[in-house]
Amino acid sequence: MTALAASEQVAAKRGWSVGAQIREWLPAIAFFLGALLAWELLVRLLGIKQFILPSPVAIANAVVTYFPELWQSASYTLVEILLGLAIGVVAGILAGIVTARYGAFRESILPFAIAANSVPIIAFAPIFNNWFGIDKQLSKAMIAAVICFFPVMINTVRGLTSASPAAIELMRSYAATDAQVMRKVRIPTALPYIFTALRVATTLATIGAIIGEYFGAPKVSLGQYIVTYSSYLNFERSWAAIIFACAIGIGLYIAVVLAERLVAPWTGDRVTRAG
Amino acid sequence: MIEPSSPGTGPAIAQSSPLPAADVVVELSGVSKVFGLSGGRAAGGTVEALTGIDLAIHRGEFISLIGPSGCGKSTLLRLVGDLTSTTSGTVAVNGKSAERARLDRDYGMVFQAPVLFDWRSVQKNVELPLEIIGRSKAEREAKAREMLDLVELSDFTDHQPWQLSGGMQQRVAIARALAVDPAILLMDEPFGALDEMTRERMNLELLQIWDRTGTTVIFVTHSIPEAVFLSTRVVVMSARPGRITKVVPIDLPRERSVDTRELERYFELVTEVREGLRAGEGGAGLAPAARVRAEGLSA
Repeated sequence: MTALAASEQVAAKRGWSVGAQIREWLPAIAFFLGALLAWELLVRLLGIKQFILPSPVAIANAVVTYFPELWQSASYTLVEILLGLAIGVVAGILAGIVTARYGAFRESILPFAIAANSVPIIAFAPIFNNWFGIDKQLSKAMIAAVICFFPVMINTVRGLTSASPAAIELMRSYAATDAQVMRKVRIPTALPYIFTALRVATTLATIGAIIGEYFGAPKVSLGQYIVTYSSYLNFERSWAAIIFACAIGIGLYIAVVLAERLVAPWTGDRVTRAG
Repeated sequence: MIEPSSPGTGPAIAQSSPLPAADVVVELSGVSKVFGLSGGRAAGGTVEALTGIDLAIHRGEFISLIGPSGCGKSTLLRLVGDLTSTTSGTVAVNGKSAERARLDRDYGMVFQAPVLFDWRSVQKNVELPLEIIGRSKAEREAKAREMLDLVELSDFTDHQPWQLSGGMQQRVAIARALAVDPAILLMDEPFGALDEMTRERMNLELLQIWDRTGTTVIFVTHSIPEAVFLSTRVVVMSARPGRITKVVPIDLPRERSVDTRELERYFELVTEVREGLRAGEGGAGLAPAARVRAEGLSA
């Protein structure tokens, strides 16, 4: 079999061919459109007031009408999220590597990291606003970073320490150096774990930044946009901002999934095989 | 081809140990292994895995270690491969310590699980040990291809490991082990997870590979027929503490095939090994055997 044929086979197995992909997504798309339609009909038939639940058409109208200011707010918030992700993920991976490398750290620090991971870090948002400046993007980025840090760190440690004993013995029988074991076995083993954490981190960072903005931020930010127009009872404008927030969350998630396929393509295969 | 023996590389070592018989590759003398010594020495805290092991393995031999679970046959293999250390006694490999031999990459190891890496193609898996010893890309590719040819997987170089059957995966593991031209191939129940048909085919293939490479093989197995079919000598072990109870030389014709399994001599040797196992279990020789029987150890 040629390399090309083999890679096509792999691609087919992952459902990468466009036709197969659309067929696979068809039920989900149908459900989404059906739910929108039901929403619209429900609001109209039951005469639900606009300030309780705006109809999808009203929200879509708001998106179009206020697009420039929504775009500006979304961009402002996106910068916070990306900055927070960058800081949290880099710090989390580095801390994970150090923790995995030294047994003493693993025993002393890891329990605290796991405990910290179950703490509602978002509760610190007003304090972070105070520390880093309520009108600064950095304060929201730091909230996002701290929320992302723990799951990334914990999964990095788990990934780096989950290489099979047989794989480590195999490397030992080759008289491989620690650096070689790290590069050729531990890091590839850890990648699926790290990407799982990254997917979670995108969602957490988006939540962290927007909730952080609820506690105070310039007017051109998604969080403040939502809060402001909710207080004016202009709910369709709040909903429009929420649509942007959703788009950011989903977009980042998809970006991570695509990056994973690029960097660690074997993980999808592994899932396919396990299923 | 087997690497030429190199007595000149370690003059200091050669001096310290009186010259071993020229073709002895592995020499175990008075080897014992006790687990759990470092921890608390509470009652039952230690397990005597091996005791009083003396064994000399000659160049080009195919040695099978056979015995009941817990007889320490895998531990013995791991001692030779320097994956664990002896409690007492010495392991000499080509006149060197086991550790020196490991650092000199004298070993190829094959485990029960193939231990292939999903992030590498079949070809790249075989190249792994060559990467570690720093061979050039061209050299790695040529050698890996040669080894995959040897195990008859030339058509699968670009496949991913998970696309192969269990038997094929194990053949990749063997190709990988042979890629560095090891002086000694250590195999720990490599076909234990395979079905009987595949196992018999793999046995034949392994013998062909052994024939073509001339490598010394130490092979751990649970299967009496497998041990007799493959080996030049079968080392029978018994448990608690693990020790060698019998060494059965296999005087079958060197050229072996499916017909070998139907020779009368083959059946006699299978019986001899089986009786050796039963004797070790039942009470021939050493004192603790009676206790072993009392504890109801089953074959």
